[in-house]
Amino acid sequence: MVDNIANGSAGKDFVQPTHFAFDDESNSEIEKVLAKYPPGKQASGSLPLLFIAQGQMRRQTGSAWIPRVAMDAVAHRLGMPPIRIYEVATFYLMFNTTPVGRYHLQLCTTTPCWLRGSDDVVAACRKFTGIEGWHETSADGLFTMTEVECLGACVNAPILQVNDDFYEDMDAARTEELLAALKRGEVPKPGSMIGRMTSAPEGGPTTLTTLNFLPAE
Amino acid sequence: MLSDQDRIFTNLYGQHDFRLAGARARGDWDGTAAIIARGREAIIDEMKASGLRGRGGAGFPTGMKWSFMPKVSDGRPAYLVINADESEPGTCKDRDIMRHDPHKLIEGSLIAAFAMGAHAAYIYIRGEYYNEAVNLQLAIDEAYDAGLVGVNAAGSGWDFEIYLHRGAGAYICGEETALLESLEGKKGMPRMKPPFPAAVGLYGCPTTVNNVETIAVAPAILRRGASWFSALGRPKNSGTKVFCISGHVNKPCNVEEELGIPLRELIDTYAGGVRGGWDNLLAIIPGGSSVPLLPKSICDTVLMDFDSLRDVKSGLGTAAVIVMDKSTDVIRAIARLSQFYKHESCGQCTPCREGTGWMMRVMQRMVQGRAEMDEIDTLEQVSKQIEGHTICALGDAAAWPVQGLIRHFRPEMEARIAEYRRSRGSPQPALAVNDALRMAAE
Repeated sequence: MVDNIANGSAGKDFVQPTHFAFDDESNSEIEKVLAKYPPGKQASGSLPLLFIAQGQMRRQTGSAWIPRVAMDAVAHRLGMPPIRIYEVATFYLMFNTTPVGRYHLQLCTTTPCWLRGSDDVVAACRKFTGIEGWHETSADGLFTMTEVECLGACVNAPILQVNDDFYEDMDAARTEELLAALKRGEVPKPGSMIGRMTSAPEGGPTTLTTLNFLPAE
Repeated sequence: MLSDQDRIFTNLYGQHDFRLAGARARGDWDGTAAIIARGREAIIDEMKASGLRGRGGAGFPTGMKWSFMPKVSDGRPAYLVINADESEPGTCKDRDIMRHDPHKLIEGSLIAAFAMGAHAAYIYIRGEYYNEAVNLQLAIDEAYDAGLVGVNAAGSGWDFEIYLHRGAGAYICGEETALLESLEGKKGMPRMKPPFPAAVGLYGCPTTVNNVETIAVAPAILRRGASWFSALGRPKNSGTKVFCISGHVNKPCNVEEELGIPLRELIDTYAGGVRGGWDNLLAIIPGGSSVPLLPKSICDTVLMDFDSLRDVKSGLGTAAVIVMDKSTDVIRAIARLSQFYKHESCGQCTPCREGTGWMMRVMQRMVQGRAEMDEIDTLEQVSKQIEGHTICALGDAAAWPVQGLIRHFRPEMEARIAEYRRSRGSPQPALAVNDALRMAAE
């Protein structure tokens, strides 16, 4: 698995904060999450709480990442040794252990996306942002590029995931347009960038065309 | 061609309302209490009779899997866990079910949980499916508000809680025991089996892990009858299946069809055909990245079901059809999959941890042709040292694509190596002995 700390230059010059405390919004989310698991099994909350910590960092700093002190806060809340949270935080790719830009560009280059031209999407991102490697952030701090494995939207390949959203059916020109919009502070509607109906074939569904559904009584 | 009336996922593309009112209009939650009133045995017998095989890749008979759960509790609770960690490259079917037909999954969860004596279910959805998780959670909340889940779920007399849990980006968590570890808050490292989850699963309790599609088709089977379902498809490969057609086709898409449909018909009818026509086809991976690819000669006639694909030394897997036309560098296509498995190996078992990285490095040299001829055999031998020597099937899944490449495209690999030698000379760095050793060590 990927250990972001060991990879690339992301956050070469970053500083680990010295303090982290869950805010009210996070605390109410944590309460909801921990109600899902049986008594004594609160360790199940480790992934959800790490997401909550990462989300709070995004709200507070514009960068969705999990500093060491936030991992400690998760461990403390769950009554677990900090090492258990460190090993989880570094095992799963979606937890950023170093800062990322406001827009985290997660580029799928696995075979189904590659067959549909993910190399062009990568090149367009590099050209627009000036980022040369992976896990690196652009000089303006807006963009971080991460190579990810199959995102599970292969019939809409290639996919560019920006923060939590999938932008689908990409190519170089559409990538450039998307990044320009993000740079202007606009967030275009996710989904197919060629106007397809989700996973239906281009031009519209050729099945499920003969059914009519009446509203239930 | 399957008629729309026989399709289960009637909102596959999200053209209708995914929420409760829309789901009810499409027939979901109709007579759920009456299905549950038939009793555990009757439900499991009906599922067995339908011939449904698990839709997550392995194709294990679903009714039989449900029957492994203890009939009488020893005091421990039982759990249903739904594997929604859809990460097999090429696969994006559960995504559509969860974002467009979530009530099929929730209703199926209630029925399946009842049939295995479970009062709680966890749906483990891959973390990247953020928006899909939002839709699914909305649907769960609606189901609670309408009394369809919770105490006396849907008026059935059965208490049932259902929870959504997000993963965080690890393919290995699609392996059922790694998923359970992850759900318990740990790294996703597979467990030794036995004990099997039906005996010792989540929190040490009896657990059954089922794929999203498997659970979501259960209500339709129980409403329309096992004989309806088993009449579709082919013997021992019954029913319908959501196929994901990606890669070099004119119109990539998801579509629900009968198992056993000819591969060529599937692509020509629904995906607009292969780019440049059928004769421009090079190879197809028929069931997600883990199954060996098939050259055109086999694709011409093969049927899309578990047994037909097994007979040609591949597999149905998740029914994710990855199409490659003649412009494809097929060695690079498989090398990228080797990179995938190297990245996703959890690192627990030595053959997989070391072997996936080794295979990736050799495959990357094979892409350049910077290799010795006999390294093709070495590569195949090493892949067989990984296959079957690890706790979980990720080692096998990493080995099979490479084996498939060698089985069907050895001449292309040899030509690449010969071309490198012709244009660039020896692949070995012709410097000191240490440098010569370096290639082998790369």
